[in-house]
Amino acid sequence: MSAVDLARGLLDSVAEFGGHAAGDDTAHLEVHGNKVVGAHLVPGLEIETQEIEDGIEARIVVERGARLAKPVHMCFGLLPQAGMQHIVMDVEVREGSSANVLAHCTFPNAVDVTHAMDAEIRVEPGAEYRYFERHVHGPDGGVLVVPKAKVHLGEGARFRTEFELLKGRVGAMDIDYEVTCEAHAVLEMIARLIGRGADSIVIHETGHLVGEYARAVLQSHMALRDTARAEVFNTITAAAPYARGHVDCKEIVQEQAVARAVPIVEVRHPKAHVTHEAAIGSVDSRQLQTIMSRGLTEDDAVELIIEGLLS
Amino acid sequence: MGVLEVRDVSLTLGDKQILRDLSVDFWEGHIHAIIGPNGAGKSTLASVIMGLPGFTDIAGDVVLDGRSLRDVPVDERARRGIALAWQEPARFEGLRVDRFIAAGARHRGTATVRDALEKVGLDPEKYMQRAVDKTLSGGERKRIELASILAMQPRIVLMDEPDSGIDVEALERIFETLREMRSGGVTVILITHSMAVLRQAEHAFLMCNGRLLDKGSVGKISGYFENRCLPCDHTNMPAAEEAAELGAALRDDEGAPA
Repeated sequence: MSAVDLARGLLDSVAEFGGHAAGDDTAHLEVHGNKVVGAHLVPGLEIETQEIEDGIEARIVVERGARLAKPVHMCFGLLPQAGMQHIVMDVEVREGSSANVLAHCTFPNAVDVTHAMDAEIRVEPGAEYRYFERHVHGPDGGVLVVPKAKVHLGEGARFRTEFELLKGRVGAMDIDYEVTCEAHAVLEMIARLIGRGADSIVIHETGHLVGEYARAVLQSHMALRDTARAEVFNTITAAAPYARGHVDCKEIVQEQAVARAVPIVEVRHPKAHVTHEAAIGSVDSRQLQTIMSRGLTEDDAVELIIEGLLS
Repeated sequence: MGVLEVRDVSLTLGDKQILRDLSVDFWEGHIHAIIGPNGAGKSTLASVIMGLPGFTDIAGDVVLDGRSLRDVPVDERARRGIALAWQEPARFEGLRVDRFIAAGARHRGTATVRDALEKVGLDPEKYMQRAVDKTLSGGERKRIELASILAMQPRIVLMDEPDSGIDVEALERIFETLREMRSGGVTVILITHSMAVLRQAEHAFLMCNGRLLDKGSVGKISGYFENRCLPCDHTNMPAAEEAAELGAALRDDEGAPA
């Protein structure tokens, strides 16, 4: 297939989620396997890519003071049933800049696909970086997803990452993000997933609050059914005065699914404060009865409740 | 014959009898109040009428339009026009107000949601995108509950303790909405132990310890309730002793219902 056809194939697979913008004022990058099949830059953004055997290396720089008006659209994926894609990403969001990334990782026909990402992300003082990552998988769950990221937030920097997989089967997933927050930095990490069939989900999210007034929220919301399994390890360490953190893990478990949540809270300064809440169980009976007393069947009521939890 | 009839209903939960041979008729397009002290079985009766899980294994029957609701599950009862507004409405993390209201709406769509919110005095622009979660006050949550019921266009509305946890202004708005519903032919059943709520009704039923003690006009029932039920000293009494005492009280009390 030509690069154009591959790019079109990737984008078609995510069209139901709004697809990707392609105007001159919108930066975008499409990568199929180890080929860059589409790219467009805007002022203030540099992207250098290099093919490697099983994927690409990408260096992304948001220039000092640049504030990208529109989200940068990225699409990574593989259309064949089998293969490997490894994304090595080095991201530098320079002082005072701001960028939003809307990323789709799409494997619509996967039977035996591995998608790995190793990212180093530096968000410099006063900069802001938002990364929304939506996975689009096929119905067979034949994907192994292994995203790993090391993130450093400078003083007053903000980083928000959202990971979403709500359609198709997860397959196997092992997320590992670790973020260090300097003074006044703000971190939000959100994961929303639905596990079905024999899906296996492991999430390690860690926030280190090393500067005063640093703040972090780690949030994992999941719905599991069939024989899906999930383990969530959310860790916040706070070692500076007035550092604040919160861990929130909520999972709805149905049928033979199994969920495990391990919030770890470590406070090393008497003026720091970290809280956690975890709720795992079946659909709340009171919520269920309320929705059913509006005329919805039990299945439809459960869907609506899960929709809310994962919104 | 009423549009909704509770016929000789008894219910035992665990080893405790909650409802005892209860029979009540509700009339189409009227506002009724079921009043009684805490523990009288009022909310249980509402749950039985709605057919909530755990409240269906009853002796007797609940009848809608002359047809038994035995074996009719809660969602089907709702589709037949019965709606329940809960005393403490559930909260749903992340579920948006517009989705919640539209879920059971007869005519789904933004216009229905907006109209329902406006009728309960909430600005659709401010509330449609909010979540039905703990960020809403008790009064807001109650009004959104009522809005969701309005959107259903039900025939019968059960409202459990409408004054619980809300301010006077919000309560007055709820009363106004209930009166409008009644004007539209909706049958309203208020579950309460409050005189202010009782006064909104046209017909009243007095419950005590799972039994229907009396029924009649609001004036007739309110006098007895105010004088003899606040506080109630009949709850948890042995049934025979209690019945004898209640009977004597009714005979002796000048203000007692006939």
